[in-house]
Amino acid sequence: MSFVSAAVIVEGLKKRYGEVAALDGVDFEVGEGSVFGLLGPNGAGKTTAVRVLATVLVPDEGRAEVLGHDVVRDARSVRPLIGLAGQYAAVDGNLTGQENLRLIGKLAHLARGVIDGRATELLERFGLAQAADRTVRTYSGGMRRRLDLAAALVHNPRVLFLDEPTTGLDIQGRSELWDMIRELVGDGTTVLLTTQYLEEADKLADRIAVVDGGRVIANDAPSALKARLGGTVIELTYEEEPDAVRAWERLAGVFGDAVEREGLLVRQKSEEGARTLMEALRSLGEGDLEPARVAVRDPSLDDVFLNLTGRRAQESKQEMSTAGVGVG
Amino acid sequence: MTSITTGVQSQTSGSAVGWALRDAWAVAGRNLIAYRRIPQLLVFSTIQPVIFVIMFRYVFGGAINVPSGEYVDYLMPGIFVQTVTFGALAAAVGLASDLKSGLIERFQSLPMSRSAVLAGRTLADLVRNVFVVALMTIVGYAVGFRIHTNVVALAAGLALVLLFGYSFAWIFATVGLAVADPETAQAASFPVMAPLVFASSAFVPVSTMPGWLQVFAEHQPVSVTASAVRALVLGGPTTSYVLQSLAWSIGIVAVFAPLAVARYRKAV
Repeated sequence: MSFVSAAVIVEGLKKRYGEVAALDGVDFEVGEGSVFGLLGPNGAGKTTAVRVLATVLVPDEGRAEVLGHDVVRDARSVRPLIGLAGQYAAVDGNLTGQENLRLIGKLAHLARGVIDGRATELLERFGLAQAADRTVRTYSGGMRRRLDLAAALVHNPRVLFLDEPTTGLDIQGRSELWDMIRELVGDGTTVLLTTQYLEEADKLADRIAVVDGGRVIANDAPSALKARLGGTVIELTYEEEPDAVRAWERLAGVFGDAVEREGLLVRQKSEEGARTLMEALRSLGEGDLEPARVAVRDPSLDDVFLNLTGRRAQESKQEMSTAGVGVG
Repeated sequence: MTSITTGVQSQTSGSAVGWALRDAWAVAGRNLIAYRRIPQLLVFSTIQPVIFVIMFRYVFGGAINVPSGEYVDYLMPGIFVQTVTFGALAAAVGLASDLKSGLIERFQSLPMSRSAVLAGRTLADLVRNVFVVALMTIVGYAVGFRIHTNVVALAAGLALVLLFGYSFAWIFATVGLAVADPETAQAASFPVMAPLVFASSAFVPVSTMPGWLQVFAEHQPVSVTASAVRALVLGGPTTSYVLQSLAWSIGIVAVFAPLAVARYRKAV
């Protein structure tokens, strides 16, 4: 790795819950001042990894360091340096926004004199100044999330852990939060975030580790990860299976391995989306194979998984449909 | 971005005990604000014991024979103990809610003391009990309850009740952390509380119970505390019951406080 120093080091981390290995030997490093994304589906072990790093959970095996301090043996030294915003907006609905931040300020052991000022400053920064004296139960989902992020920042942590920070937010709320995270990085904070969205990891992270079944199955720069997938996914849907098979055969003849078929769906990955789409449609037109529907989209976590593991990310839900896959 | 980040750092100096007390105080304050913000919480936790007073004073009371004196004088010490016992449920439900909402996960990642969430919760419950027990004393007076000794003895009796309630909050704190779901915490707590409150001398003398039940009913903590308060406010030998009650309360805290803290450390 080319980073000068690592803010987070994770080595051979294992954690079991009964029969399930939530972490099954995880290794990665996060460079100081960078944004690191842990990308994976539900149950991949992302939250468990964050909890170990945030000193909330003790691993069964392996070790982890934050800014040179062991998260188990030296948890006391780690805690003043980290901030955690978990999967839920972990704020108290009975308190006002200001009271929530003041409580965290006290519990984070800030000097008494700075607590009020810090709370007010963060409320302003996160657009909550107007709502500072309202109880949090009257907040919208997006406001609660922003307050949650503010609470993680009260003691000015050098390393910030964000576990699925935008889950449950609408598009606007999501992009607002993204802007805020980018600002933090501008201030020099190291950020480790988990997400189920390739787009989110791509937008924010300098480096992405893809996790699956408690293991890191890829660790790369977002651009490199996406290059493996092809920049654009083109999906053509047919009404009849024989048409889909003929279309797939025809396109595979032109584009080779980049074309897959899944039932009535023909999928094609390409680095040059527009040109490939034109060529594909021209070729299909010549073969009188006009598709019923055409969709062009960016690669998703599903595509990353299909590429890395040969199966879909949402295992349980997709199991049945993969039974009929004809990958070309 | 200009931000005032200088001086906004966690302080690492100072004594551990000092910080533990300050943290517990902050958490207690947070829990008490809930009663101010949702007054229903306090109203409902006081309506239930008031209903018990009315029910036992005016409905069942006439059919219950007590060894000596008025039934209402026998009843009220039992009501005090019953009120704080049922009130301990708040610790179970509150902690289970905090666990579910992710607040405890956040608290665990902070430099705060590991005992503060529990110490703060039980302290807040103690403060609430002071209010509720004072209110129940007034209600008792309204329905005819009178102390036969003096105010100092009453104060000692109520202190015993509050200590007992405090010890029970630690039991239910452990339950709440173990089940980690507010509804389950409520359901799991009832089977613990019902036998203690009803198979006791809180509402009826244990002499009418079958022999095997008397053995339990005479020695369990709700009974000895109710008997201790009765002895204090109505007169009679106090030492044995008071010592038994103190032993129970101190013993329960000694066992359940470490248990609850151990549970808290592994809660997430």
